[in-house]
Amino acid sequence: MKFGVVVNEGPYTHQASDSAYNFTKAALAKGHEIVRVFFYHDGVNNGTRLTVPPSDDRNIQENWSALAKEHELDLVLCIAAAQRRGILDENEAKRQGKDADNVAEGFRISGLGQLIEAGIQADRLVTFGD
Amino acid sequence: MSILHTVNKSPFQKNDFSSCLSHANAGDAVLLIEDGVYGAVSGTEAAKQISSAEASVYVLGGDLAARGIASDKIADGITVVGYDGFVDLAAEHQAVNSWL
Repeated sequence: MKFGVVVNEGPYTHQASDSAYNFTKAALAKGHEIVRVFFYHDGVNNGTRLTVPPSDDRNIQENWSALAKEHELDLVLCIAAAQRRGILDENEAKRQGKDADNVAEGFRISGLGQLIEAGIQADRLVTFGD
Repeated sequence: MSILHTVNKSPFQKNDFSSCLSHANAGDAVLLIEDGVYGAVSGTEAAKQISSAEASVYVLGGDLAARGIASDKIADGITVVGYDGFVDLAAEHQAVNSWL
């Protein structure tokens, strides 16, 4: 079965990012397909490579990046939400005249159309948030 | 259409669980996750509503354990599942509605 996952809450806030990650991992382990994980609102904070949690804590961003690499996941950050929160890829940093970019490996920035498309392509869309 | 409802708020914080139980139909499932698992504790007003609910009620075991809620504290009629059970419930029902 095809699943789409939506994450509306930032990491280390309540539990939504962890729940979404665990659900995605469990679905993949059962042989289901994840058509896309769409990060919206504060959820885009899952995709900054500058996150440095304490060494005895889980690194949520790195967990997503590793899972994406292993299963060729499509991790999409909403562009409008990302720009508001200072999350830029190389192209956007250049276009906005910023001196750095910070999108983590395995994530890409795109538009809200990607959420709509995931809703159409997936058999089930599962939302995690606050 | 059968629906899996997920509730992630404690019934002591918001009334999502109560509203969800009133809206859910026979054939639906309600899964308590995150702070929503407090709704599964026996003796609470929220748990009392479960016996008259039409939908089946489930709770995520890992989130119970993370909050120190032992399995003997769970109200009757609730099934404890893991993330693999969460995935199965999502697949078995035709849509997933997250009460956020």
